[in-house]
Amino acid sequence: MEGLMPINYYIFLALALFCIGVVGVLTRRNAIIIFMCIELMLNAVNLLLVAFSKMHHLNVLQTNPATNVGTDAQLFVFFIMVVSAAEVSVGLAIIVMMYRNTHSIDINFLNRLKH
Amino acid sequence: MNNVLNYIWLVPLLPLVGFLINGLGRNFLSKTLVSIIGCGVLLISFAVSVYIFMSVKSGNHEVVKLFDFISAGTLSIPFEFQVDALSSLFLLIITGVGFLIHLYSTAYMHEESNAHFARYFAYLNLFIFSMLLLVLGGNYVIMFIGWEGVGLCSYLLIGYWFKNTDYNNAARKAFIMNRIGDLGFLLAVFWMIQQFGSTSFGEVFSKANGISVAVLTGITLLLFVGATGKSAQIPLYTWLPDAMAGPTPVSALIHAATMVTAGIYMIARSNVLYTLAPVSQSVVAIVGLATAILAATIAIKQNDIKKVLAYSTVSQLGYMFLGLGVGAYTGAVFHVMTHAFFKALLFLGAGSVIHAMHHEQDIRNMGGLKKKLPVTHLTFLLGCIAIAGIPPFSGFFSKDEILAAAYEASPVYWIIGVAGAMMTAFYMFRLYASTFLGTFRGTEKQEHHLHESPAAMTIPLIVLAVLAVMGGLVGIPKVFAENAHSLEHFLSPIFAQSEELVKKEHALDHTKEIGLMAASVILALIAIVYAVNRFSKKPELQEAEGLGKVLANKWYVDELYDAIIGKPLKAISTFFNNVIEKSGIDGFVNGIGVGVQYASRQLRLLQSGQVGSYILLMVLGTIILMIVQLFVS
Amino acid sequence: MNVTEILFWILSALAIASALLVVLSKNPVHSVLWLIVVFFAISGHYILLNAQFLFIVNLIVYAGAIMVLFLFVIMLMNLNTDTEPQKNKWLKVAGVVAGGCLMLVFVAALKSSDTQQVQMGEGNIGLIQNLGKALFNEYVLPFEISSVLFLSAMVGAVVIGKKGD
Repeated sequence: MEGLMPINYYIFLALALFCIGVVGVLTRRNAIIIFMCIELMLNAVNLLLVAFSKMHHLNVLQTNPATNVGTDAQLFVFFIMVVSAAEVSVGLAIIVMMYRNTHSIDINFLNRLKH
Repeated sequence: MNNVLNYIWLVPLLPLVGFLINGLGRNFLSKTLVSIIGCGVLLISFAVSVYIFMSVKSGNHEVVKLFDFISAGTLSIPFEFQVDALSSLFLLIITGVGFLIHLYSTAYMHEESNAHFARYFAYLNLFIFSMLLLVLGGNYVIMFIGWEGVGLCSYLLIGYWFKNTDYNNAARKAFIMNRIGDLGFLLAVFWMIQQFGSTSFGEVFSKANGISVAVLTGITLLLFVGATGKSAQIPLYTWLPDAMAGPTPVSALIHAATMVTAGIYMIARSNVLYTLAPVSQSVVAIVGLATAILAATIAIKQNDIKKVLAYSTVSQLGYMFLGLGVGAYTGAVFHVMTHAFFKALLFLGAGSVIHAMHHEQDIRNMGGLKKKLPVTHLTFLLGCIAIAGIPPFSGFFSKDEILAAAYEASPVYWIIGVAGAMMTAFYMFRLYASTFLGTFRGTEKQEHHLHESPAAMTIPLIVLAVLAVMGGLVGIPKVFAENAHSLEHFLSPIFAQSEELVKKEHALDHTKEIGLMAASVILALIAIVYAVNRFSKKPELQEAEGLGKVLANKWYVDELYDAIIGKPLKAISTFFNNVIEKSGIDGFVNGIGVGVQYASRQLRLLQSGQVGSYILLMVLGTIILMIVQLFVS
Repeated sequence: MNVTEILFWILSALAIASALLVVLSKNPVHSVLWLIVVFFAISGHYILLNAQFLFIVNLIVYAGAIMVLFLFVIMLMNLNTDTEPQKNKWLKVAGVVAGGCLMLVFVAALKSSDTQQVQMGEGNIGLIQNLGKALFNEYVLPFEISSVLFLSAMVGAVVIGKKGD
C-alpha cells in the first residue's frame, strides 16, 4: 500500500465522473436523478481535491519533513460535504413539495411556474 | 453733426419694431392703429435718413461698428453699418418710396380682415428692415443677412393670399430662384474670406489690387449670379413677372424701392472688384443688355397690366446692369433712383386702376378710364413719359447717361440699347392707350362702380409723379450744364477707386452726345405716337399669332426651363423615390426592423421555462468560456 | 504493478461503470443503489490516499445518510416504477454531445500538462488527529457557522415540506 501515482490519473478519473454527472443532468427529466447526478459531480470534485492535497503535501515534504500542508484541502472537502448535506435536505424537501403540487417530479413541468 | 451717424441703427431698428408690434399684436390692434404704426415707424425712419443724408452730404462718412457678429480664429466679422454716399442715397429711396407705398397700402388693403391687414403691414415692415440691413451692412455677411431677409419677405408677400395655390406657387418660384442666386453669393463670400481674410468692404477693396485677376473674375461672377437672382436677370428673371401674384403695393415695393435693386446696389458697392475684372464686367453688360431686350419684347405682347410693368422692370434692370457693366456706376445708381420713382408710380397707378376695376387686370377689358380716374390717369401718363425717356423727365437723364457710357464701350451696345428703349416707349404707351384711351370695354357692373381712389392712394401718386418728373434734375449731364450733375459729385467718393483704376478720357464729344440723345428721343417719340394711334382706337382683342404668340408666351422660357431642368429633375426624383428610397433605403431600414423582429421571435423561444434547456445552455456557455480561457488567450 | 495500482484501477473502473449505470438505469431505485456503489468506490480512493477521516465521513454522510434520504423519498413517492416520460430525443443527443464536448475540452487542455506525483498510502495529513487539530483551531469559526447552516437547512426543510395551508 505504498508508492506514487501520477496526478493525471486522478484528474481524468474525476473528469470522467464529473462529465457523466453533467450528461445525466442534461439527459434525465427525473428531478431526483438530476439531483443525484449533482451529488456525483460534487464527489468527483471532492476526490480531485483530496488528490491535489496529497500531491501538494508530497511536494512540500521533500524540503520540509515536518510539514502538514494539505490539511486545509481535506477540511474543505469536509465542509463541502457539510454544505451538500444541508443542500440535499432542502432540495429533497423542495422535490417533495413539487411532487405534492404537480403529482410529478418531471422538471419539465416546472415550466408551469411561469404561468 | 458727426454723432448723427451714430444713430444709424435707428433706421433699420424702427421698421423691425413696427414688424414686431404689428406681427405680434395682429389679433388685438385695430386697422387704424396698425396703419399708424406701420407708416409711422417708416416716416421716422425716413426723417432720420434725411438727417443722415444731409450729414453725409456735408462730407461725413463712417463705418459704425455695433458689435461682434462672428469671431473665429483670425476671422472677425463685426456687425457694422457702412454709412456713406451710396448707402445714404439708398436709405432715402427705400424709406421714402417705402413710406409712400405703406401709405398707399392703408387704403388699398382696406378690405382685408384685421389680422391679415396687420400681417400685411408686419411683412412690409420686415421687408423694409431687411432691405435697410442689406444696404447698410458694412461687410458682405451683414449684407447677406439682409439679402436673405429680402428673399424671405418677398416669399411671404407674394404668397400673401395663401389660399390661392397659384399664388403660393409663384411665391415658391420666387424663393427658389432667389435661393439659386443666393448660393452664388454665398460661394463668393466664402471665396472672399479665403482670399482676403475679411468681408468688410473697406478691407476687401483696399486689398483687391493684390489679388490675381482670375480669382477676382471668379468672385465677381459668383456675386453676379447672386445679383441675377435678386435683380431678375437672365437666366433667373422668371420669378419677377410671377411675383405679380402679391398685392399690387407689394409689387411696387419689390420692383421699385427694394429687392430688385439689391443686385444693382451690391455690384455698385463692389465696383472696385468689377473694375479689376474686365471679363466679369463684360458678362454683366451683355447679360444686362440681353435681359433688357428680351423682357422688352415680351412686354410688348402682355395683356395683364401688372405683367407689362413687371417685364418693364426686368428690362429696366437690364439697363442698370448694362450701366454697371460698362463702368457707368453713377448712371446705374441714378437709374435705380429714377426708376424707383416712376416704377413705384406706375405700379401704384396700376393698383389704383385695379382697385377701381374691382381686381380686373386684363387691359383688354379696360379702356376709356381717362375721365373716371383723372388723378390716376395724369400721374400714370407722367410715369409713362418718364420711363419712355422723354426730356426733361427723370427717365431721360438716367437712361441717357447709361446709353452714352454704353456707346463709349461699344456702339453695338448703344444700338441694341436704343432699340430696347424704343420698345419700352412702345409697350408703355400701348399699355397707357389701352387702359385710359378709347372706349370702356368692361362689364356694366364694373363701369357703374368706377371711381377715383381715396386720398391715401392718390397722394402717394402725386408725390411720386412730382419725383418722377423732377427726379432727373439731380443728374443733368455735362453737355447741358457744367457741374450740374450733383449726383455724380455726391457719389464720387464711392467710385473714386474705380475711376482711378480706369482713368478713361472722356472721349465722347458734346455734339456727338447730343446727337445720340436726339436719336434715342426721336425714336422713342415715334414709338409713342405709333402706339397711341394704334391702340387708342382699336386695341388688340384677338389672341396673338406667329411671332406675337411666341412673345405673348414669353419666348416659352418657362416651358424651356421646365423641359431642361424641371422635367429631368422630376424624373430623377421619381426614380430616386421609387427605386432608391422605396426599395433601397426603406428596404434597408425595414429590413433591419423585420430582421430584429424575426430574431427576437426566435430568441424568445429560448426563454421556454424548460429547466432542461436552461441547463443545456449553461453547459454550452461553460464550454465556450473554457475554450476561450484555455485555448484562445 | 503493485497492489496500490491494481486497487486504483479496479476502483476507478468500478466508479465510472457505476456512475454510468446511475445515469442509464430507468428505475430510480437502481440509480440510487448504483450511486451508493460510486460513493463506496470513491471512499476506497480516499483509503488509497490515506485520507481516513474523509473515508469514514464519506461513508457515513453520503453513502449512509444522504443516500438513505434519497431512497426514502423515492420509496415514499412510489416512484420506483419506470414512470419517467421520454425526453425529447434531440435534446438527449444534445445533452450527451454537450457533456462530451465539455470532457473533450478539459482533456485537450490538460493532457499536455506536466505530471506530478501523488503520495499514496502514507502521510498523516488525512488522519483524524491532524484534521481535528486544524478544525478546532484555525477552522473553528466556519465549523460553528456550518452548524448554523445545518439548523437553518433543517428549519427550511421542515417549512417547505410542511403541508401547505
